[in-house]
Amino acid sequence: MTKDECKKVVTDIIADIAPDEDLSTLKPDVRLRDQLQLDSMDFLDIVMELRKRHGIEVPEADYIQLASLDSSAEYLTPKFNALAAKTAPGRG
Amino acid sequence: MKHARIVITGVGLTAPNGNSLGEFRRNLLEGVAGIERIEVRHMGQQLAGVCHYDPLRYQTKKEVRVGTRAGSISVYCAREALLDSGVDWPATPKDRVGIYIGCTEHGNVETENEIHHLSQFNYDTKFWSHYHNPRTVANNPAGEASLNLGVTGPAYTIGAACAAGNMGLIHAAQMLRLDEVDFALCGGVSESIHTFGIFAGFKSQNALATHADPHKASRPFDKARNGIVVSEGGCLYTLERLEDAQARGAKIYAEIAGYHVNSDASDYVLPNPVRQAECVRAAIRRAGLEPKDIDIVNTHATATPLGDIQECEAIRAVFGEGCPNTHINNTKSYIGHCMGAAGALELAGNLPSFTDLTVHPTINVDDLDPACALPGLVLNHPRKVAKVDTLLNNSFGMLGINSTLIVKRFVR
Repeated sequence: MTKDECKKVVTDIIADIAPDEDLSTLKPDVRLRDQLQLDSMDFLDIVMELRKRHGIEVPEADYIQLASLDSSAEYLTPKFNALAAKTAPGRG
Repeated sequence: MKHARIVITGVGLTAPNGNSLGEFRRNLLEGVAGIERIEVRHMGQQLAGVCHYDPLRYQTKKEVRVGTRAGSISVYCAREALLDSGVDWPATPKDRVGIYIGCTEHGNVETENEIHHLSQFNYDTKFWSHYHNPRTVANNPAGEASLNLGVTGPAYTIGAACAAGNMGLIHAAQMLRLDEVDFALCGGVSESIHTFGIFAGFKSQNALATHADPHKASRPFDKARNGIVVSEGGCLYTLERLEDAQARGAKIYAEIAGYHVNSDASDYVLPNPVRQAECVRAAIRRAGLEPKDIDIVNTHATATPLGDIQECEAIRAVFGEGCPNTHINNTKSYIGHCMGAAGALELAGNLPSFTDLTVHPTINVDDLDPACALPGLVLNHPRKVAKVDTLLNNSFGMLGINSTLIVKRFVR
């Protein structure tokens, strides 16, 4: 998974949890909270959807890594790739 | 002790057959019921009264997603009532507004949904929603309305089974008289059709209605009645002290004349006609009236074989003789049993009688049960009457909670 693909995963989740927001102008390097009406329960939604949809766990101490799309991609892409490697067919 | 006079100045509602008082009333006079078949989890198709209001009229998509159906119904009804009241809402001090919402139950819908959801994840509780607690706290419907409206005064629910709709109004009147608030949003809501448990529970009690034609399924007083049609709904009123309402030139639907609440203390589910009659008599006495002064009695009857007879026994005991001008009807025959909203909705459906001098009938009575043949029963066709000055509304609930509310035509 590339970092851009990872940002798309996070943006898709945000589209579901903040359905009134226009995400087309979302700046990847700016904190999500500074651009969107998101509260702490919404961030828990992002964590929950990563768990449900993708099997990705984000420990509480790492929530801060989800502050922006860029930081999310930086933090999550290796997790996605590690998970993919673990579940890849034919792994020896 | 002299009480402040309390008046109704606005109505907001959603019922299975109407999303405004005008539409609701029109359908009650034209005999239009609002029952349909819905898919109920684990139970297949069941009869239910479904509300078709537009939640996005007053809520964002996110509010609808995060909140509950009962909260959404509360927001819709509260906003509609405020609009109808004509109050200058931006200028209204929000810390002096109270929200008092009657509920039969709350939390079952969310809990069932969450357990079903969890079953998709092998019951691993790390997938349990962080919204579960705010969605299931008993004050949720009132709390969601307070968030939506920015009300900072007291906002809570009143749990009183199916007597709760009346209780919302009664409690609001008390709080206005105690000077706890200056303006109240009050009534009842129900989201019950979104839980299978209520359907399954009534079915296990042999109290769930069945009928080939959904609109004929809810049939209080008919010999062939076979139980309750579960419905959702909501109705909230704006209540004010008379002097405040007059000071702002508000239209006044009716004045709270009297009320009473008591308990059977006899059975979990079986009604007690002696206590019901006591409740009705006490409300009439506290209104400074006599039974013959009551023009319309709106019954609670839910179309269970025994419950209808028990209530008729209570009504016969109070109004049986010497009340030739007391007309008796039932609104559940159109909309099923809206549970916590029932009392508030059923009162609203009858309020226009003060001006159109018409009593809406009880429909679906093809073969009147002799045990329910009360004098004054208005069956199947609206009745024009010479006067309507008073309206008595009964709402009773499980564990033997009884509530009677009387409103009267406003006279300066």
